[in-house]
Amino acid sequence: MNFFEMVRFAVRGLVANRLRSALTTLGILIGVGSVIILVAVGNGSSKQIQDNIAKLGTNTITVMRGGGGFGARAQSRNTQGKPLTVGDAVQLSDKKSAPNVKQAAPVSNATSVCTNGSSSTTPASFIGTWPSYFEAKNTKVVKGTYFTNDDVTEGRRVAVIGKTTASDLFGEENPIGKVMRCGGIPFTIVGLTETAGSNGFLDGDSLIISPITAVQRALTGYGNISSIVVQAKSAKVQDQAQIEIESILDRSHGISNVNSRDYRLLNQASLLATTTSTTKVFTVLLGAVAAISLLVGGIGITNIMLVTVVERTREIGIRKAIGARRRAILGQFLIEATILSLVGGVLGVIVGFIGSNFMIVGVKPVIVPSSVFLAFGVSVFIGLFFGGYPASRAASLRPIEALRYE
Amino acid sequence: MVAAVAAVAAVAAVAVVDNAPIIDLHNVVKQYGAGESAIFALDGVSLSIYPGEYVAIMGASGSGKSTLMNVIGALDIPTSGEYYLDGIDMASLDENQLAIVRGRKIGFIFQSFNLIPRTSALANVELPLAYQGIKMKERRLRALKALDLVGLSDRLTHEPTELSGGQQQRVAVARALVTKPALLLADEPTGALDSKSTADLLDLFDLVNAAGRTVVLITHEADVAARAKRIIRMRDGKIIEDTAKVLA
Repeated sequence: MNFFEMVRFAVRGLVANRLRSALTTLGILIGVGSVIILVAVGNGSSKQIQDNIAKLGTNTITVMRGGGGFGARAQSRNTQGKPLTVGDAVQLSDKKSAPNVKQAAPVSNATSVCTNGSSSTTPASFIGTWPSYFEAKNTKVVKGTYFTNDDVTEGRRVAVIGKTTASDLFGEENPIGKVMRCGGIPFTIVGLTETAGSNGFLDGDSLIISPITAVQRALTGYGNISSIVVQAKSAKVQDQAQIEIESILDRSHGISNVNSRDYRLLNQASLLATTTSTTKVFTVLLGAVAAISLLVGGIGITNIMLVTVVERTREIGIRKAIGARRRAILGQFLIEATILSLVGGVLGVIVGFIGSNFMIVGVKPVIVPSSVFLAFGVSVFIGLFFGGYPASRAASLRPIEALRYE
Repeated sequence: MVAAVAAVAAVAAVAVVDNAPIIDLHNVVKQYGAGESAIFALDGVSLSIYPGEYVAIMGASGSGKSTLMNVIGALDIPTSGEYYLDGIDMASLDENQLAIVRGRKIGFIFQSFNLIPRTSALANVELPLAYQGIKMKERRLRALKALDLVGLSDRLTHEPTELSGGQQQRVAVARALVTKPALLLADEPTGALDSKSTADLLDLFDLVNAAGRTVVLITHEADVAARAKRIIRMRDGKIIEDTAKVLA
């Protein structure tokens, strides 16, 4: 019996047991497809988080008040040290002493309830700053305009607001040119920022950005500022920029011992590294879930293959009685298992690819090629092994034993 | 009927005229278990059956007649003793060679038909030829002829579940004959059939035997055995009676 003949027999065997063939194929399909989609979702969400962080601007460094660390000493440093001032931001913007810094912007955080008639909102962040903040933080205005350095100098009460703030105060209306009152003081809205989404803790669109002078005069007073946002010329020179910032601030804050600094630096690159390792854990977790589903799928395939062979032991006996050799029977069952596994596997990959085109719980899945090969390989191997092994056992039974099998 | 006999003769061109037995058993023992609890399904059976004979093996259940049939059909291997099928020492053959012998020399008919489920009558009859490596065209031709012989030309595409018991058994006969075996072995072939189908089947066996083919059938029904020319009775794994009918 040649190979072609065996393939014909296998196909005939599969067609004769349509329902079972279809169910086996479906089992493999679901196993492979779910692993591909699950891993793609894990990968996609980790990509999404990385993109979000990159959106914050990867070459920005934030200068915050207070030294690093915890405990009494750190706390005393935090309160005793010199606060950050607008003057520090001016110094950091100096092209001569900080050549690798592109721009710096002071940030003054205000807390205020803003109203428009009967509508009111408390923005998650109310920031007084300079126009350079927008570029440093990668915040874009999609409607209206940015405020200008002139607005800062003049202390004009203008504001760029986020989508949530806009809808809280003005609903569906266009907020540009409208006036809102924050702490009783009127601010004219000039721009609307691009949707930032939530970072999990804060709504990035519940946002007001105004000239620092206006915020200080109206709300916070002319004292200390919360932080300074510094943008390095490129991600490459970020380390040099950081050294320049440190030397400028050490000088102006009169610090000789680096351990007693009264400020600290937070850069996006280190934040990215932290979150990358976090999302890696996430991906590993999803991978584990995928591995379990592959295992369960594999057991399903094993089960059906075993049942198939056991159920057909009698048929194997009949075939042997009418002159089938071991090789012919084994060949038929192996080819049947191969066809089922391959068809199921290929369909599973197709379903995985199609499924990955849809948003799943707000995540755009990104397929990991290795998961495709792994899922496909494992299920095909399981199909072949557990289709082939019991078939080989049944094929070596004496015909009378196989015939008596019920 | 004359046409049918001619067809059988054509399918069954057996050219054995010498006196060598087709089945030759010497002191064959089949033992299950060991020691005190050992059961002898066959307890030293010696038997010679010659080409063209029509033999019925009778006995109560547990007498060892099915075991004897399985040994003759090379489906089972005896514990000891010698068995020559058409002059071949069966003990000297391996798995594969046994499969080839089963495929070429023996046609099986079982009580429970044992057709391949969910497979058409034609495909079922073609199957043994396929295992012999016979080309598709010739296979189809021979299978059609065999099905015609058993009177099922109009049921080619029917699956076993769509056929009556009698029809299924006739498909099984066609499958057994299609390889032109020297020996037709039937294990209680009428056990699951009504009297009309039984009569049809036995007529078919008569034709096959008339065409020169050796037929061995196992039964416990006396009227079925009565159609045979030689009756062997078994009890407790031994042959207790072996009578050849005098031809009328």
